[in-house]
Amino acid sequence: MTIASTTQGICFLILSAAVVFGSLGVVLLPNIVYSAFLLGGVFLSVAGLYLMLNASFVAAAQVLVYVGAVNVLILFAIMLVNKKEAMADIPGLALRRLLSGGVCLGLFLLLLRVDLTTPWAVPGPSPIGDDATVRIGIHLFTDYLLPFELASVLLLMSMIGAIVLARRDVFSVDIVTGDDADQALIEKSRTPLLIETPPAEPTALETRR
Amino acid sequence: MMTTNSIDVPLQAYLVLAAILFCTGVWGLINSRNAVRVLMSIELMLNAVNINLMAFSSYIDGQLIRGQVFAIFVITVAAAEAAVGLAILLSLYRNRETVDMERFNLLRW
Repeated sequence: MTIASTTQGICFLILSAAVVFGSLGVVLLPNIVYSAFLLGGVFLSVAGLYLMLNASFVAAAQVLVYVGAVNVLILFAIMLVNKKEAMADIPGLALRRLLSGGVCLGLFLLLLRVDLTTPWAVPGPSPIGDDATVRIGIHLFTDYLLPFELASVLLLMSMIGAIVLARRDVFSVDIVTGDDADQALIEKSRTPLLIETPPAEPTALETRR
Repeated sequence: MMTTNSIDVPLQAYLVLAAILFCTGVWGLINSRNAVRVLMSIELMLNAVNINLMAFSSYIDGQLIRGQVFAIFVITVAAAEAAVGLAILLSLYRNRETVDMERFNLLRW
C-alpha cells in the first residue's frame, strides 16, 4: 500500500462522511438557514469526490454552478420567504415519517444489493486524467452538439420563465384614495389573493384585472 | 497523463455513497414541511445521480468519458430547475403567505 493510495482512501472517507452527515443535516435540522449552508458543504464535498475521480472540469463546474449559483439562489429564497410561522400539527405525522423511512430504507437496501452483486466490468480502460477537459470539449462540439444547443435553449426558457413567474404583475388600487397601491415587497403585509377562508370585513384593497 | 484508479476506493464505495445520498433526498422530499427544503432535497438527489455518473465514467468508461458529459447536462438542467422552482415558490408564497407544504392543496379535490 503506497502513501498515495492511503491518502486517497482517507480523502474518500472524509469526503463521504461530510456528504452523508451534511445531507442528513440538510434534511433533519429545524433551522433552514443552517440547512442551506450545510447544502453548500455537501456540494463542495461532492466536488472533492469529482476531483478524486479525475474530473477536474466537472468539479469546477460543480463549484461554480451549485455552490455559486444554486446555493446562493436558495439562500436568497430563504431570505425572501423566511417568515416565522408555526406549522400546524397534522395527525399521523410520526407514523408517516416512520412509514416513509421504512420505504426509503427498503429502497436503499435494494440499491445496495444491486451495487454489490452486479459484476461491474472493472477495471475498464485507464482513465485519461487531465485530458478529460479536452475530451469533454470534443464531445460537446461533435456527438453531443444537439443536446448542447438544446441546453442553451432550455436555460433561456427557464430564465424567461423564472422572471415571468416571480415578477409581481397584479396591480391593486386603493379604494380610499384611488391611487395605485405600491408594489410592495414580499415581507410587507398585503391581501393574499388565494386566501383559504374569506376575511370577515372587506379589506381596503381591491384587485383590478 | 495516464492515471490509474486506486484499488483502495472501489467503484462500489461510490455507488453506496450515492445510494445513501439519494435515499436521504427521497426521505427529505417526502417529509419536509418547508417548501425550500423540498427543493434542497431535489438537489441532493440530483447530486447522487451525478456521483453515479462520474464514478461509472471514471471506472468503466475511462477513455470516452461520456458520463462526465452527462453530468454536465444534469448540472445544467438542475440549475434551470432551481431557478424555475424558486420562482414558483415565490409566486406561491406571495399568494398563500405560507411555505407549509401541507397548505399547498389548490389542486386537491
